[in-house]
Parts: sequence; C-alpha cells; structure tokens
Amino acid sequence: MFAAAAQYLVSGLTVGATYGLTGLGFTMIFNTTGIINFAQGEFVMLGGMMSVFFRTWLGIDLFSAILLAVAVTALVGAAMERLTIRPIQGSSPINLVIATIGVSILIRGAAMLLWGKDTFSLPPFGKAAPIAIFGAAVQPQSLWALAITLALLTALKLFFTASIHGKAMLACACNRKAASLMGISVARMSLFSFALSAFTGAVGGAILAPITMTSYDVGMMLGLKGFAACILGGLGNPFGAAVGGLLIGIMESFGAGYVSSAYKDAFAFVVLLLLLFVRPSGLFGKAGVERV
Amino acid sequence: MNRVLTTLLVALAALCLPGLAAAQSDTVKVGAVLSVTGPASFLGEPEKNTVQMMVDQVNAAGGLLGKKLEVVILDDETDVNKAVLGAQRLIRMDKVVAVMGPTTSGNTLAIMQNVAAAEVPLVSFSAAEKIVNPVNPWIFKNPQSDRHAVARILEHAKGRGYKKIAILTVSDGYGQAGREVLKELVPAGGFELIADEVYGPKDTDMTAQLTKIKAAAPDAIVCWGTNPGPAVVAKNRVQLGMATPLYMSHGVASKKFIELAGEAAEGVMLPAGKLIVASQLPDSDPQKKVLLDYTKQYTEKFNQPVSTFGGHGWDGVMLLAKAVQMGNSAEPKDIRDNLEKIKDFVGIGGVFSFSPTDHNGLDATAFVMIEVAGADWKIMTK
Repeated sequence: MFAAAAQYLVSGLTVGATYGLTGLGFTMIFNTTGIINFAQGEFVMLGGMMSVFFRTWLGIDLFSAILLAVAVTALVGAAMERLTIRPIQGSSPINLVIATIGVSILIRGAAMLLWGKDTFSLPPFGKAAPIAIFGAAVQPQSLWALAITLALLTALKLFFTASIHGKAMLACACNRKAASLMGISVARMSLFSFALSAFTGAVGGAILAPITMTSYDVGMMLGLKGFAACILGGLGNPFGAAVGGLLIGIMESFGAGYVSSAYKDAFAFVVLLLLLFVRPSGLFGKAGVERV
Repeated sequence: MNRVLTTLLVALAALCLPGLAAAQSDTVKVGAVLSVTGPASFLGEPEKNTVQMMVDQVNAAGGLLGKKLEVVILDDETDVNKAVLGAQRLIRMDKVVAVMGPTTSGNTLAIMQNVAAAEVPLVSFSAAEKIVNPVNPWIFKNPQSDRHAVARILEHAKGRGYKKIAILTVSDGYGQAGREVLKELVPAGGFELIADEVYGPKDTDMTAQLTKIKAAAPDAIVCWGTNPGPAVVAKNRVQLGMATPLYMSHGVASKKFIELAGEAAEGVMLPAGKLIVASQLPDSDPQKKVLLDYTKQYTEKFNQPVSTFGGHGWDGVMLLAKAVQMGNSAEPKDIRDNLEKIKDFVGIGGVFSFSPTDHNGLDATAFVMIEVAGADWKIMTK
C-alpha cells in the first residue's frame, strides 16, 4: 500500500516536471510582455524532436545534439518575436495571444511535414537500472529531469532578482513606458524573453524525451497542462509555475491510481477549477494582480 | 477563338472517353476509395500501391474473362465526406462493378448503406466488426477482427495456465473496441478479469495504472492500443520490476514498436498477421509462398517494407478477381453471389472461407502468436 503511494508520487513528480518546465516558459514571456504565448508547448516539442533528429541525421552524440537543439529552438523563439509579435506590437494583448496560437499551428504543421507523424524516442542520459526508493521504482532519467528543472529554476530566480537584465525584464512587465524612459530597451527585452522561454521549453523537451517519447503533436497537450500549472501556481510567479506543474502531475497520478485512470486528465482540471473559485490568483499569486 | 474551341472539344472528348469505354465494356471496371493522404495515409498508401500492383499483375496474366481489369482509385483524404462523395462518383459516373475500401472503419460505415443500396458489392479494408455484423448481403471485409486477435491471445494464455487477467486499454476508438471484446471474452473463456485500467492516447506515463495492476497480482496483462502508448507500457513495466507476462494487440505489429520500447520490448507477446514473420513460417503453411512472393514484389517495386495494410489491397483485388472468374461474369450481382461462395482462398490476411453468415471469412488461425526476441519478431511455438 505504502509502496503504491510512493510510486504514484514518483510518477506524478516526473510528469509534473514536464508541466512545470512548460509553465516556466509561459511565466517568463508573461512577465516581460504581459502576453500568454500559446506556442510554448511547441518549443518543448522542438527541443525533443530536434535532439532526436540532430542525433540521427548528423550522427553526433546525445549531448551535442541536445545543445544544438536547444540553441536552434532559442533562435526559433527569437525569430517568432521578430516576425510575428514585433510587427503588431501596439495591438491589444488578445490579438498578440491569437498570433501566438497561429504560430503554434504553423510550427506544428512544419514539424509534421519535416519529420512525419511517427513517435520517436531518445536514449536515457545514463545507463543505470531503476533505483528503489521506499518500494517505488525511480528511473534515473526522472532524477535528471527533476534536478535539471530545479537547477533551471534556481538560475532563473537568480537571473530575475540579482542581474540587471533580469530586473530590466521585470520592469518592462510592470510598466513599459516607465521602463523605456529609464533607458531600458523594451523591444530587446521582449526578444530576449522569447528566446529565453524557448530555451527553457527546449531543455524540458530534450530531458523528457527519453521518458515520455516525442512526436510532432506533443506540444498541444503540454501547452495546455503547462498553462494550467501557471494558473495553479499564480500567473507570473516562476516558482509557482514549477510547483503548480508538480502538483498537477501528482494529482493526476494519484487520481489515476486511487480513483480511476479513465478520468485522469479531468481530475487535475477539476481540482484546478475548484481552487480558482476559492483563490482566483492561484496558490502563490499576489491578490489583485492586473490580468489580461 | 478557334483554339479555345478545340481545347474545349478535346476536354469534352476526354470526359466522354471513360463513358465510351464502359459502354463498349471491353474492361472490367472496379473502384477503390482509399485514404491515400491525411491522418490514415500510412494505411492508405500501401493499400493504393498494392491495389495498382495487383491489377497490373492480373492484366499481365491475361486479365479477366478476356477483358482488361481496370481500377479507379479515389483518395478520400481520411475524410468521411470525401469518402461518401467518392463512393457516389464510382457508382454513378464510373459505373464500377465492385468497390474496394475505404481504409478506415468510420469511412466504411459511412458509405456502406449507399453502396449496398446501389447493389454493388463492397470489400472493405477496415477492421471494425460492425461492418459485417450484422451481415449486409453486399458488404464484405478482409482485415482480421479484434475478436480473432483476443481469441488467439486467450488461447495462448490458457495453454500457459494463466487464470487472472488484467487489461489496460487506450481510451480511443481502437482501444475501446478492444476493451469491449476483452470484457466479453475474458470471463467467457473461464478467466478472471481482475483489473480494467484505461490510459489516454497522448499519455506519457502509465506507472500509476501498472502499480494498481501490480497490486491486483494478475497472471498476465493484456494491453490494447497503437503506438506510442504500448511502448510506454512496456517500458514502465520493466521500470517497475514487474515480471508479469505482457500481451499486446496486433495494433503494434510493426518494427516501430520495437524501436520505441527498446530493450523493454523483449518478451512482449502479441497476435499478428503472418506477413511480418513470413520467412519463419514452416514450409507446410499454405500462406508462406503467397506472403513471400508479395513481400518480394512489393519491396522491389516500391522500395518500402511491406505492411499488413498493403496486404488488404492484395486480398481485395484477388478476391474480386476470383469471384469474377468463378461466376464467369462481371455483373455486380454475380460477383456478390460468388464472393460468398469463396472457400479456402489463400490470401495475405489469412485463408478466407466466406459464407452467407460470415462476410469476413477469417478465424483465429489468421493470427500467429509472436514475441519480441533479440529486437525482432519470433513465432512462438508454445
């Protein structure tokens, strides 16, 4: 009984790390530009798919393939900002959000034409047997995923609170006009936030591909769950997004284990809805935050 | 002006030509509605290639009743509406004597009433049991049914002395059709169904379901789904250190499954059509020669590996040709009557024996039990 609970927890944390990493990307763009980027899930897909393809096409080792994939995805993020968000900069947030949905459909379609509709797998980072913790089997790759998520989170926290660039990005979100009057280039910060969130998403996609496998259409569901993670944790709080992701993962896993696996997805969303009735700003969100 | 008129006349003539050909009736014209593009293109494309290849072969061997066999293949783009329009065009404009396809069950169910009403026989390439149960006099299908696959698995499980069975199915059309059959046949076969778990088609982690199954301690697990879910199940099972035997459905009988599941695929058992293990069949197997010939011709011509789906195209063309030859007539009514009389016809999907009450013509022997050993398929003897 206890072993089963431990196993549900471990499964939940592994899946939750995916949602958390996707959620982080949402947060970064929201914090700088004030919009929700619905192409975030596609960045995660690109990270995984490109790792697979650089590895098989160029015949390079796993580590280089992932580095390359992450770099290219960050460029895609930057290009997206330049080509689609920048030209309609002055529009209302809702128009910008709709533009991101368009980009997500475009990226998904391009990936399908380029790589086909099959599912692909990446080998795990280390060749180790599952580790038993409290009777639960833990894949070493899950530990990698959790560790890298944690490291990214710490780095981002430091970046936003301790570096001048991070503070500048936050300032843009608070008040664009004031920020630009202070000599901050709002346009550059916006570009930077897209590249950074594409980078985070791609890292997530690459470290999770060995566990969850990847295909051209994994981005859609991940984007949805990642967005839910953000909302649960409180929009705009990177720490909240990560914790929200882990919580949704755990709820799904326990729901599937103890209630019914048929309602797994519904379970997490029902809890999310209930929570939002009680605390509309999410678990860690500041009450009364300005929303779009 | 003159040139425009000429062009129009030529176009008109071109439009009339098929009609003229039909009027002269120097060909036997059949039609096919296949999902050559769209989501089901991985099924429809090998079907199209095979249908065309087999029609060419029939003609090279002298055609049918001294006439050439002609096939009109329409692409439904995996879209129900296009399938319906395609079937209407084949019947009204092309005046075909029989229709093959469509590729997907949904499309077949959508067109079958129309085709039957026009009194043209239909040989479907899709699997759903509803197509031939209850039997419609004009509707046939050649893929094996889920029921046969489940029967084959349970027969094997019985041989191993398993009693308690757990099932894990995907929540899409394929998985739920399998689940219904499993829930019916598992208790009927004298087994105890001790766990019934479900996962989503896009799920990436099934450890929760497997942990629950593990606690119920079954003798064997039956997983029903198409890639990538079953590969995740195979991986998670190894990860959880479960030694419980794992059966899969014929839906994963392609090399992609082994590629995705990697080492975790070792020892996984499943029922599969004989095509993918043709070279391992004993020489006494009646299908061996047909399967090997088809594999050789197809791979040489299209430079692609063969698939079970292409096999449906082979069966479709050859069954129709057989029915025409048996009745010495290419009238739709005669083709239908003779299709029903075909017995012991050695095809790709199995050995077909139709009857007025069985329009699938196959039984559980169309499947062999195979297991994954050394990253390849291997026929199981026991």
